[in-house]
Amino acid sequence: MATDLKSDVGVGDYQYGFHDPTDQYVFKSRKGLDEAIVRQISEMKNEPAWMTEFRLEALKIFFQKPMPTWGGNLADLNFQDIFYFVRASEGQERDWSEVPEDIRKTYDRLGIPEAEKKYLAGVKAQYESEVVYGSLKEDLANKGVIFTDTDSALKDHPELFREYFATIIPSSDNKFAALNSAVWSGGSFIYVPKGVHIDFPLQAYFRINSENMGQFERTLIIVDEGASVHYVEGCTAPTYSSESLHSAVVEIIVKRNARCRYTTIQNWSSNVYNLVTKRAVAYADSVMEWVDGNLGSKLTMKYPAIYLMEPGARGETLSIAFAGKGQHQDAGAKMVHCAPHTSSRIVSKSISKSGGRASYRGLVKVNRDAKECKSNVVCDALILDPTSRSDTYPYIEVEEDQVSIEHEASVSKIAEEQLFYLMSRGLSETEASSMIVTGFIEPLVKELPMEYAVEMNRLIELQMEGSVG
Amino acid sequence: MSQLLRISDLHVSVEDLPILNGVDLEIRTGEIHALMGPNGSGKSTLAYALAGHPKYQITGGKVEIDGTDLLALDPNERARLGLFLAFQYPVTIPGVKVADFLRHATTNVRNPNRKEGEGLIAMREFRKELRSRMEELGIEPEFARRYLNDGFSGGEKKRMEILQMAMLKPKFAVLDETDSGLDSDAVRVVSEGLARLAGPEMAVLIITHHERLLEFNKPHRTHVMLAGRIVETGDAALAHELHAHGYGGVRERHPDAAAQEKAALENAVAKTAGDKPAEVAAT
Repeated sequence: MATDLKSDVGVGDYQYGFHDPTDQYVFKSRKGLDEAIVRQISEMKNEPAWMTEFRLEALKIFFQKPMPTWGGNLADLNFQDIFYFVRASEGQERDWSEVPEDIRKTYDRLGIPEAEKKYLAGVKAQYESEVVYGSLKEDLANKGVIFTDTDSALKDHPELFREYFATIIPSSDNKFAALNSAVWSGGSFIYVPKGVHIDFPLQAYFRINSENMGQFERTLIIVDEGASVHYVEGCTAPTYSSESLHSAVVEIIVKRNARCRYTTIQNWSSNVYNLVTKRAVAYADSVMEWVDGNLGSKLTMKYPAIYLMEPGARGETLSIAFAGKGQHQDAGAKMVHCAPHTSSRIVSKSISKSGGRASYRGLVKVNRDAKECKSNVVCDALILDPTSRSDTYPYIEVEEDQVSIEHEASVSKIAEEQLFYLMSRGLSETEASSMIVTGFIEPLVKELPMEYAVEMNRLIELQMEGSVG
Repeated sequence: MSQLLRISDLHVSVEDLPILNGVDLEIRTGEIHALMGPNGSGKSTLAYALAGHPKYQITGGKVEIDGTDLLALDPNERARLGLFLAFQYPVTIPGVKVADFLRHATTNVRNPNRKEGEGLIAMREFRKELRSRMEELGIEPEFARRYLNDGFSGGEKKRMEILQMAMLKPKFAVLDETDSGLDSDAVRVVSEGLARLAGPEMAVLIITHHERLLEFNKPHRTHVMLAGRIVETGDAALAHELHAHGYGGVRERHPDAAAQEKAALENAVAKTAGDKPAEVAAT
């Protein structure tokens, strides 16, 4: 039987290799978090004074705010036991043999190309796709599109950056936004000028990422009037991370008549706490879509939000969560209707297996005077065995009465009749269960770019194989 | 070399209620048998028990294909051995495309020793074959992309069952009232489809009340079930007689079985009255 991907294959053993202070492969700030570390980060990046101040302010807020009392179990998270700044040394490669075997096996089964494997495993810190990206870069530049990493954007486009940075998610928003604001590093910065439509998805891989292995990414996307973009980040293959705390922030501004879709598939290794704040604002007649896949990590807390600011704005969040052994996916969405004639849709599909726990946590809020709004929420949960768990925490706050709000929820297990039908056609019990599970998430998977969809289905199959025997 | 399916003294219960009380039946590849009987006689129960449905408890008897004990096998192993059941009420599998499902099923049945995770039949080759079979059965090509049985009409579901049969080419095919609920055109398409598939390599057991499927697929044998047993076996003429005159004659000829049938029905009604759902529908 295939190894259960989510078993903790002695992450402690590998900790030694990655946390060695004499490790020549990476630069690491000393463990723990304080003002000195934050200053060091800002200095190493050569940032303008305002950003250093911003970081220090955020750090104060972080220490002031209490831990959330809802959501997943954060009791084991020790903030002082973490490296907050890790930069891979140029040209150094870690030993491939240090990567846990189950991760290496999965890469083989998924047929990941060599170079990609190393990047995902943190063996090689830089994933250069110059060949692919090179020609696209030129095309984008000609259109006036800015697509770079956030650190570079701060330097190269200071005014644009400062105009929007932290306007959607201020440091005070929540404890983890404050943390990210203090120690952020890396992430994408995208600006799409008026009327420009980018026909192919922009991928996170396109930009070189040597900072921080993605721990505290800060992404900022501005889609100007009438423009459109689809941004894709993450990977279905398990991403091995030595660092156990990931706290990203994503801010998106979608202006009048513009359109933005942000697709993430995350499959962090089973030692990771993945606590993300993602929020978009959508203006008149614009469309914002979050497509969110959560497969890995020990605990994920993520509620992509859309604020519908002006009439005609439309928001949609499609979310898939798969919680295996020892995992808790606490995910969902927030839709806030701030203007009349806005609409929102949330579709959440979750699967729990082998004792995993998947929770849907969502908010639909309609402010007073936001008349003629429509919102539709569908959350379906599939529980695969008696030890697994699923919860639903829907919040609906409506302050206006001329609106249409719908909420449907279902919880099911794999139907015996369906299983029997497929088995009677020659599929083994595992294959049949796997087919039923992929069928369950199909309405969302078909919204993913093709390679992601294929990988996602393949990954579900592997997960399901681990469940029998 | 023809193969033999032998059912010996089969006893089956559903939720501890005996439905089959000693069924004996033998069918060889190349033969077409009709299985008829009034509602509640156990026809569908026999079909489900052969396929290995978990709710159907075997309480006695044997089923063998060329000496291999069928009852010891999982449903998917039985399929790989060449058994196929065309369901009366095929279930919907949401989100699973017909083509994807068929590709997987076909691969497994044609390569019974295939291990999970091994490759599937080459896509191009498969598509070609699927397209031809669909054309022959008058099924629109776009059905391949639809989700299995999702939103299909009764007739479309039945044709989908025959399509599966066409791709899987079973050795022993059991058709559970495939002609019920269909209009004449649909029945004709299904009948012709079946006739094309049946041949020396295939045994077909047609469970039915009507003659319609049997028009194009004349049975070598007709069995009549009553109260969970096969009480009479004849040829095509018997099927014709039953279709024309109903089961009165059979009941007269087999008063014991008829009495058992009556008792079982009264029992079921009593159970319904006591708020327990009747199991009559199971047969």
